[in-house]
Amino acid sequence: MGAPVVVWLPGALLRLFPQAEGRVEIDAATVSEVMDGLDERYPGMRARLCDETPAIRRHISVFLDGDRVGLDARLAPGAELFVITAISGG
Amino acid sequence: MTQRILLLVGTKKGAFILESTDGRRSWSLTGPFCEAWPINHVVGDEATGTILAGGGNEWFGPAVWKTANFGRTWTHSSQGLAYEEGEEPMKAVWSLGRRNGRLYAGVQPAGLFHSDDGGENWQQIKALRDHPSRPHWNPGAGGLILHSMVLDPEDKQQMWVAISAAGVFHSGDGGQSFEPRNSGTRADFFPEGQRYPEFGQCVHCLVAAPGAPLRLYQQNHCGMYRSDDGGVSWQSIEEGLPSSFGFPAAAHPRDRDTLYLLPLNGALEGRYPPDGRCAVWRTRDGGATWSAQRAGLPQENAYFGVLRQAMATDRLDPAGVYFGTSGGELYVSADEGESFSVIEHHLPPVFSVETMVVG
Repeated sequence: MGAPVVVWLPGALLRLFPQAEGRVEIDAATVSEVMDGLDERYPGMRARLCDETPAIRRHISVFLDGDRVGLDARLAPGAELFVITAISGG
Repeated sequence: MTQRILLLVGTKKGAFILESTDGRRSWSLTGPFCEAWPINHVVGDEATGTILAGGGNEWFGPAVWKTANFGRTWTHSSQGLAYEEGEEPMKAVWSLGRRNGRLYAGVQPAGLFHSDDGGENWQQIKALRDHPSRPHWNPGAGGLILHSMVLDPEDKQQMWVAISAAGVFHSGDGGQSFEPRNSGTRADFFPEGQRYPEFGQCVHCLVAAPGAPLRLYQQNHCGMYRSDDGGVSWQSIEEGLPSSFGFPAAAHPRDRDTLYLLPLNGALEGRYPPDGRCAVWRTRDGGATWSAQRAGLPQENAYFGVLRQAMATDRLDPAGVYFGTSGGELYVSADEGESFSVIEHHLPPVFSVETMVVG
């Protein structure tokens, strides 16, 4: 396997996992494997980001090279993923 | 040891804990907790001091939060709080219960889960979800939610749950099977001639009378009811009330005939206290007669709502009565509902109130 995937996590998620860092490196070939890797490192994190469809939660977005992607998206070595929370509330 | 009386409050923006150490004369508030998530229900275990909070966040889904130090630190888990792949995803936890060390969580879309390890891991009670009526369950305005559960403290095989708008369901075998128990309750929103179905009623709140395992009370979208046979049959007790519509019901801690309601003016009329004058309605005779308790409550321009889990009693003598409003006020009675005082004015919309007495 080549260079790990770099994952950037949103602040709202980091507040739920105080031990997590905003930049995480994970060996993964798909977004789903990234989620598994996050869950292994920070138990419970996959359930915060994915539902049982299974899919990325409705108000969470994962961007790869500027495109919103799903769990099946394939990742090249060294790819950079941004996990973003939707702007919502009131 | 000083007796600590705690109010556990779920709101649109987090959980709060209020505490009185002087017999309910003054209160101090801590919170918001749970990262200001919408928290639908907060319950406490007086034996251990553990407090659980159930809710759901639009970004991150459902979770049960837990604190073992009265709110100083919290953990959260939703391990197992999910349906099968391909089902509509779970949105939030709506209700929490405890019996003999087992925790229960009612969720949206409606279902029931249990945990035997203090809320770390959850398993679905599938018999409810597999009930043949489920494809016909319809959501109420708050969603398809399991909002009330009655767990018989003596007989752990007996449980009742209430789902909006599917009705009341009973299990006599610890959750292995369920059957609807709605006979005698109306569904006015159905066509004429079909208003007493087997299921589909919009039950708003279900509570048990103390010391009488088969006596239940329910506030329904369409009336107020009492059952003396565990829900096999229901009798209307709405005569004497200003409205057949309301959300919460709170039972007295010791007297099976005393119940507190907060009727609102109607489903289509605004859902606020009739005429903008707030009253807690109390019966001392199982619903045969009602009295409006107004002392200390606003008697003009009260256009708030009070939601289904937002009223509670405590176990003290005389019993305390508490309710929170959609406007963020919290009212307290330390004399069984004879008089009330407001102890918080500016909380977020209150979703639930429970009590806990320790020490």
